[in-house]
Amino acid sequence: MDFNKLFQLIIAASLINNFVFTRFLGLCIFFGVSKKMETAVGMSITFTAVMVVSAALSWVVFQYIMVPLDITFLKIIVFIGIIAALVQSADTIMKKVSPSLYYKLGIYLALITTNCIILAVPLINAGESYTFIESMAFGLGSGLGFALALVIMASIREKLEVADIPAPFKGMPISFIVAGLIALAFTGFSGLITLYELRAISRWL
Amino acid sequence: MAKETKEKQLVVSVSPHVRDEESIAKIMWSVNFALFPALIASFYYFGPRAMIVTLLSIVSSIGFEYAYQKFVGKKTTINDGSAFLTGLLIGMNLPPQLPFYIPVMGSFVAVVLVKQLFGGLGYNIFNPALVGRAFLLVTWPKLMTTWKEPSAAFVGLDAKTTATPLGILKEEGISKLLEEFGTKNDLYISLLTGHRAGSLGETSAIFLIIGGLYLLYKRYITWHIPVSFVGSVAVIAWIFGGKGALFTGDPLIHLMSGGLMLGAFFMATDYVTCPSIRKGQIIFGIGCGALTMLIRLKGGFPEGVMFAILLMNCFAPLIDRGVKPKLFGEVKAVKK
Repeated sequence: MDFNKLFQLIIAASLINNFVFTRFLGLCIFFGVSKKMETAVGMSITFTAVMVVSAALSWVVFQYIMVPLDITFLKIIVFIGIIAALVQSADTIMKKVSPSLYYKLGIYLALITTNCIILAVPLINAGESYTFIESMAFGLGSGLGFALALVIMASIREKLEVADIPAPFKGMPISFIVAGLIALAFTGFSGLITLYELRAISRWL
Repeated sequence: MAKETKEKQLVVSVSPHVRDEESIAKIMWSVNFALFPALIASFYYFGPRAMIVTLLSIVSSIGFEYAYQKFVGKKTTINDGSAFLTGLLIGMNLPPQLPFYIPVMGSFVAVVLVKQLFGGLGYNIFNPALVGRAFLLVTWPKLMTTWKEPSAAFVGLDAKTTATPLGILKEEGISKLLEEFGTKNDLYISLLTGHRAGSLGETSAIFLIIGGLYLLYKRYITWHIPVSFVGSVAVIAWIFGGKGALFTGDPLIHLMSGGLMLGAFFMATDYVTCPSIRKGQIIFGIGCGALTMLIRLKGGFPEGVMFAILLMNCFAPLIDRGVKPKLFGEVKAVKK
């Protein structure tokens, strides 16, 4: 196994091509739950876990069912189905097995079903024909990148609560400006690792 | 107006009632003053063009602040020196050969977008001058990286364009750098005095250090951020800066080139955008240093000070949360 490539995949997916700040994906959750630190942390944990599992599961389905049957053109719809089923079953299982965990993280699961990052990752994995481990690493990196974005944003927005922002810009507008400025800062990471990743994402999105 | 004075008379501030001459305006003007030696050196090296660029960014910064505050009906605060400082820092962060609309655009982004929309001085999350420059860099990458060779400026008319020392170091290595500057000592002296290509205010390390020491002496900044920032850059440059083997890098080149001195003393130490707790400030400084060296050695840009400070600005509220001291007797709330 090529650990170097795995490491690069994680760094590239989390920092250099951070989905939120360089591709502007997954913004609905990003702005929706970053108002409070507590919800942001809960969302980050749930999101990263779901991301890794869905990347693995969709890889198995893609490589062992869709490729042999030659139905790869259906991948968008199949992946949506897999993710929805996965999230729904996780929701049900968590409710039965660990109600306390469900109370903490369960509310985020419904939001994750329709997130675009969670669909983008299996699509990129399929398109770049990553191995099973690489797919999971890419999922983990994307999840961590999203978690990082969410936590930074939550800490800034909590600070902005007390700021004297002009009325038309209160709430969402200033959050969008903040997101844009963080994205500007994240351009500093560009060119850090020049590998397949950059090509991959620009080809797929 | 009358209402405001009445409020002022009625409001009693909390103790301790320290009587002191310090005010925002006084600190801001002192920082401006501390930047002057480096500014004058830049005029000497880069000529009247540098003067015009700096002047334009200062005037437009103050102008935008005034116009915005008039427009929304706020009290104008252009006398407190903060808009002047933003403009001055933007000017000092630009290459000298620029079309005149560029500093004005940078000032607009810095003052209106980054400072006033967040509520004015004291509320901005990012350093306005740095965002202004980052905006200009990603918008006009070619113009913003065309450097001019310093000449005894008032005489020489055709400016020769060249790369910055860090750019040469990154693209062609140390041997090429020595070829340009002569011996290693000549290189150090050029870097220290500022006889090199670069943004107009960042080149003369010695004058920036003098300005920084003045601020330290006046206690307007504390040693935590500059020392941890510069120190971590030096250590990382020493360990990883060399070709091949570890511990063979030359920290002095990395310390004196690029915008490190300007960034460490004047921009990372911005009260508003750095953590307010000492321990957090040290983490902030080390983070700035590490990211600077990461970008310089591995990244796509030859210089990383600006992006490093901006990235750490993003993390500053998070650092403050992390190092917040525990209240005496505080226990974690038990959830049922």
